[in-house]
Formats: sequence, C-alpha cells, structure tokens
Amino acid sequence: MSHQDFSVTRTSRAARIATVLGAIVLVLLVLAPWWAGRADMRLLGELFLYLALASLWNLLAGYAGLVSVGQQAFVGFGGYMLFALTIFAGLPPVVAVLGAGVLGAMVAVPVALLIFRLRGAYFAIGTWVMAEVFRLSFAQISALGGGSGSSLPTNIVRSMAASRDGREALSYWLALGAAVLVIGVVYLFLRSNKGLALSAIRDNELAAGSLGIDIWRTKFLVYVITAALTAVIGALIFLQKLRISPDAAFSVNDWTAFVIFIVVIGGIGTVEGPIIGTLIFFALRETLADLGTIYLIVLGIVAIVIMLKAPKGVWGLIRARFDLQLFPLGFRVERSNRDKET
Amino acid sequence: MEWFNALVQGALLGGLYALFAAGLSLIFGVMRLVNIAHGDLIVLAAYLGLSVTLALGVHPLLALVVVVPAMAAAGYVLQRGILNQTLGQDLLPPLLVTFGLSVIIQNALLEVYSADPQKMNAGVLETASVSVGGLSLGVLPVLTFAVAVLVIAALQWTFYRTALGRAFRAVSDNQDIAQLMGLNRHHIFGLSMALALAVTAIAGILLGIRTSFDPSIGGGRLIFGFEAVIIGGLGNLWGTLAGGVILGVAQTIGAKIHPGWQLLSGHLVFLIILAVRPNGLFPRISG
Amino acid sequence: MPDMVLEIYGLDAHYGDFQALYGIDMNVARGEVLAIIGANGAGKTTLLRSIAGLMKNRDDQIRYNGTAIGAMRADQVARLGIALVPEGRQLFPSLSVEENLVIGGQIGRKGPWSLSEIYALFPILKERRHQQSTSLSGGQQQMVAIGRALMANPDLILFDEISLGLAPVIIKSIYEALPNIVGEGMTALIVEQDIARALSVSSRAYCLQEGRVSLEGASGGLSRAEISRAYFGVT
Repeated sequence: MSHQDFSVTRTSRAARIATVLGAIVLVLLVLAPWWAGRADMRLLGELFLYLALASLWNLLAGYAGLVSVGQQAFVGFGGYMLFALTIFAGLPPVVAVLGAGVLGAMVAVPVALLIFRLRGAYFAIGTWVMAEVFRLSFAQISALGGGSGSSLPTNIVRSMAASRDGREALSYWLALGAAVLVIGVVYLFLRSNKGLALSAIRDNELAAGSLGIDIWRTKFLVYVITAALTAVIGALIFLQKLRISPDAAFSVNDWTAFVIFIVVIGGIGTVEGPIIGTLIFFALRETLADLGTIYLIVLGIVAIVIMLKAPKGVWGLIRARFDLQLFPLGFRVERSNRDKET
Repeated sequence: MEWFNALVQGALLGGLYALFAAGLSLIFGVMRLVNIAHGDLIVLAAYLGLSVTLALGVHPLLALVVVVPAMAAAGYVLQRGILNQTLGQDLLPPLLVTFGLSVIIQNALLEVYSADPQKMNAGVLETASVSVGGLSLGVLPVLTFAVAVLVIAALQWTFYRTALGRAFRAVSDNQDIAQLMGLNRHHIFGLSMALALAVTAIAGILLGIRTSFDPSIGGGRLIFGFEAVIIGGLGNLWGTLAGGVILGVAQTIGAKIHPGWQLLSGHLVFLIILAVRPNGLFPRISG
Repeated sequence: MPDMVLEIYGLDAHYGDFQALYGIDMNVARGEVLAIIGANGAGKTTLLRSIAGLMKNRDDQIRYNGTAIGAMRADQVARLGIALVPEGRQLFPSLSVEENLVIGGQIGRKGPWSLSEIYALFPILKERRHQQSTSLSGGQQQMVAIGRALMANPDLILFDEISLGLAPVIIKSIYEALPNIVGEGMTALIVEQDIARALSVSSRAYCLQEGRVSLEGASGGLSRAEISRAYFGVT
C-alpha cells in the first residue's frame, strides 16, 4: 500500500452533507416570519440567543480554559447599554446593539486585567464578583430606573418598525443573525492559528508555552472578544424583552447556569456541543417546564452525571460512535481509492 | 464615635464572614478544590437548623448538636461519592460539578421550604447587648466573632498539631507519596470535606439567627467567603479571619456613607486589594 | 524452592500509549538484597512504582508473600509491609523532619524501627528534627527519606536511586549504613545507576533494558562484558 492511498483533508463527507443541510435549515429559518406563528418565532428567537451565549461560553471555558460563572456581567451590561444609548444618545436600536458590543469590549479590558490575577477556579468566582459589582452599580443609576429598572420608551420601540409584526420579524432576524455570526466567529477563530494555539494550550499549557505561544495574550483576546459579543447578545435579549432591571439583567441562573448546562450537556470543547445542547435544553424546557424547580434539579443532576460519565457530552458520545465532525477544525487523514481531489 | 461604632460592628460581622470562608480555605488547602456550592451548603445548614429547632423545640444553638454531625457526614459522603471523581489536572469537572450541585441544593430548598424568607428564633440572644466603653455591642455578633476565633484556632491546631492535620498537609504536598505512607487520599479528602462542612454548619446556624434567609442567598455567602480568603491570602487561616474583618468593616463603613453601597464597597475593597496585592495580604501557598 | 517474598510474572506497564515494561519475570527471596541496574529509561523506576502500587497492574502480575497485589492501591500495599524510598527523595515540604519520619510510621506496623532507632542511625536528623525538611542538605534529606520508609517497619524495602544527585562522600556514608538497615532480616530491592555500588551491596542482580530483563545472576558472578551487553544492548 503506497502513501498515495491516503489523503489529508480538513473536510469530510459528513461535514459536506452538514453544510448542505445547514444551508437548507438556515434558509427555512430566515423565512420563518412567513411560516411560523408569533409564539414559535419568539421561542426560536430566544433559542438563537441562548445558542449564541452557549457558543461564546464554550469558547471561553472549553477552549481558552477561562471558566467564568460571571458572563451575566456582560449580558446585563449589553442590555443596559442598549437602553442608555437609545434613551440618552438617541441612537437607533440596531446601532445601539452594535455600540453595546464596542462598549462591552472596552469595559472587558480593565475587568480582565484585574481578574486574570486569579488562577483557575478562583478566577471563576472572581468573574462572579465582577458581575455582582456590575449589578450593584447599575442598581445605583437612577436615570435607568435604579433597583427597579425601566422599560424601553414606546417611541424607541416604534422606531424599529411601524407594525408589531415588523418589529417581531426584525427582532427574530437579529437573533438569528447574531447566532450565525457568533458561531461563525467562534468557528473561524478556532480554525485560525490563534485558535489552534488555544487547543494546544488546553491540551498542555507547559508545552504550548515552550512553543512560544503567548498564552496570556491569547486568553486575554478571547476574553475581550467573548465579552463584546456577549454584550451584543445581551442587548438583543433586552430588545426582545423591552424591559430591564438589575436582577433580571445580571441573573446568574438565566445567563450563566443555563448556559453552562447547555454546553456541558451538549459537549464542552466542541463547536457542535452548544448546538446540540441548546436543542436538548429547549426540548426539556418545553416538556418539563411545568415541573418548576424539579426541572432545574433534574437539569443539575443530568449535567453532573454527564460531567462525570461522559465529559464530552452528548456530541462526544455521537462523535465517538460515528467519527463525525460537522465543523472540521483539525486536519484528518483519509484513506481514498481515488487520487487526491484538488 | 459613630464611625468607630461602625468600625467595630464591621469587625464583628467579619467573624461571620471568616466562618463562611474557613471551610472554603480548608478544602482548597488540602485538595485544591474550589466548591461553588459552598454558599448553598451554608444556607442548607441554616434550613437544617430551622427544621431541628422547630421539630424538637430547642434553641438554635442547641441545634448545632444535630446539624454539625449531619453536615459533616454529608460532606464525607459527598466527597467520596462524587467530588473525588472530579479531582485531577483538569479544572473543569470540579467547577462544573459543584456548580451543578449549587443549583440542585438551591432548588431542592425552594421545593421543600419555598422562597419565603425564614429566620431562627434565638430569643433574648438576638437583642441582648453589652455596653463596652460607650459602645453598645450585640451579644450575638460578639459571640459569633468569638466562635470564629475559636473555630480558626481549632482548625489551626488540627492542621499543625494532630495526626489528621499531618495527613492533610502530606496529601496536599504530594498525593502519591502520601499514599505510600498508607494514607488513602480519598478517605483523607472525605475527612477534610467533613471538617469543612462541620464549620459550614456553625456558619449557617449563626447566619440564620442573625438575619433572615431564603434559598437564593447562597451565592452571596460564597462570594463573601471567597473574598475573605483572597484578601487574607490563600492557605492562611488567620489571614482569612483578617480578610473577613476587612470585608465586614468595608461593608459597614460603605453602608454608613450610603445605604445602597454596603455590598458594593465590600466588593470594591476586595478588587483594590486584588489589584495591589494579588496574592492577598498574608499569602501562604500559591494558587 | 526458597521462601519467596516477591514474585513477578509477565509484568507489563504503560504510561498512556507508551509501554514501559514488557513481560518482566522476577522473584525475590526472603532476606535477599537484590540489585536492579539498567540505563536511563530502562523501566527501573516504573518497576518499583508498580510494586509499590503507584501504578495499577493486573492483580496476579505481582505477588507478595503469596498475595496478589498487582491491582492494589499504594496505601493498601504499604499496609502489607512494602515501603519505597522514592527517586529524588520527595519529602513533604510542609512537614518538619520529625513529622516526615512520624508519618512514615503512621500505619503502625510492629518492628525494630522507631524514631529513636532512626536518630541513632542518623544522629544529624535528631539535631534538625524541628526544621522544615526542605532546609536540609541533599544527603540529610536522603536520610529522612530512608528513615521515613524504615519507620513503617517494612518486610520489603525498595530503594530508588538513593545516590542520585549526592556528593560521593555522602553516597559512601549512606551505603555504609545500608548493611545495618537490611541486616535486620529485611528484604531489599535496590535500583541504582552506579553499577559497581549496586553489585557490591547485593547478592543477586537483574539488568533491565528497554523494559525487558536482559540479564540476571549472582552479583559476584557477572562479567563486565555480560553487563555492558545487557546494559547497552551492544556487543
């Protein structure tokens, strides 16, 4: 057998099929305002935003090893910036959403400089302290409603689109666009040299250091990028809700606990994991939500069992069985009977 | 005088925070484990205390006789049953598993006790005060602080003067070699979690006598304990007491300036210390 | 057949995908001092770690006094009376000298060794007993490591490279103390890179090469040529 029987490739048949299927699903989703009901669209919009949050947290914790339990800091910050930029600066909501991202990146820099002094697990609690500082600080701003919060003025809401249907469609498309954008950014980042370096760091910090990979700068960059995008998602979340308060904006349960469960159940450290996890999470929520607190207990138990018995999550189980990778990151060696395709 | 009073009240409050922190500090020292569910375990202890006082009609402090061993036993089982499996090079499993545990405990408490705030009735102890040099000091805060000092002294003694403490330090230094000495690290880790949760039980009962509590407040207690540990310096139990006092003073002084600034000023002092002295004021071990 | 303390049959050991030992067969008689020699990476330390229980093996690959111990944890093996003086000494830095010795005797086996016996063997340790173990010189640390293993009153003691990194005069004094130690009816397994030293204190020797036994025989009866062939794999 000569070595020409093998070819090195990044893609695979499964990945190509996934691309085609993905494109079809995406087109169907874009057309949802014409085929889906109002409640379905709202649910899908929420799903897309959770998917984006999960992908971002996965990049942070699963690839950069920065386990944060304080991403609600940036969700809430983004939400509040949407309100501040539209109410005080008179920006159109869509522009304000992007502005929230820029401001999120700016505020993430000093935050990172401080909490990067904490190692490992203490970093996690440090991020939580930061989120608390954000929550308590915004509760002090009376112009934004203080502790009880405020609603987005109707003239600003109306400025998005004239009709309620138009607004809901726009809101839906923004959420879908944000999810696609985030998954795209995460995927492209992971395929870049910096992203591959991240995987190297995760696998062996010492070895990666000796290869001359600047661990600190790469992690810093990831932290700031995810903070900015998380703030954008936060702005979109509260553009859907139209009402903000410190407790809702900086909720550790809503914006971190659920997100962590999604990623852990789906498969941490894989691009596909958050997608599977979000689908499972919403399927469980829609069927078990009546159970209230029991549902959360079940979710916690499922996450613990998965972390102990199948640390790569549901996607890891699928991949181990079928050798699938829908978002190819590394290169793979394939045996082929034909000449290498170009 | 008013400010001096705030200072003293803050220092006494720091005793409670040191009690929140001591268990956290202990398990980090022995097995480098950071337990995200620590705050929820404090709240769980408070609820257990409540149930015991109601069921047996005893004073909350007497409930310690039941709650301390119960929490210690739960700690041993929890460590050997679940947490030992998560320990290793990878940071994610212990963090995420204890995070899951935190959500489970919180919602289980909601299910059993509802979201209504509860309080333990400690009778005259709650309102009794003594006058010292013109200051009126509550007996309960003074008692809490004294208990904190005693608990930390006892932990310190256990750590440096007993066979158990020697085993803790040996396992912390080098798990493999400690195994060669006939120490089963899983058992030692279980004992350290049992000890940590025994302290947590004391902290929970004192918390539940001092203020009202509900299932959602665990996260805040974890953060206070964590801040006390980091301010004091990792691995230094007396430093943790100092960290608790600094945090308590920062909070009461902040509240004195503006009622809304109590928690915020505590966090800010923590962040300032983190910026200036990243290893805390009295570090023993590197994180 | 003499009374065997330790019997090893077909022992394999792996670090992940890397196989360090290939079918090692070995037996050690009661009271014997056995030397194990071999180049760096030949598998000597892996062999000792396997015996001590720091590496998991198939249960029946290692038998100690007839009991299968291959799959036991290190603390269980220690309780049965096997002690290891690890490579690089590996004292507990947060324990004092005396605490390091005391913790060695923690399992409470009966026997000739106690704190006073250790201090009689290495008087310098008594002077330094309240110091942090890391403040001692390399040779003194090695004395603590040996003392710590003896405190367990083991039936079988494993020495891993006890001369590594020490000055020649220190090595000489430690090896002079060795007959006092193993003279008490203890069985010893000595891993050493210094071949002459190892052969002079032992009655029998095994040579390992790339994870396999390449030579075995009475220490006095091995020729220089045989050893260098077994050691380096060249003729």
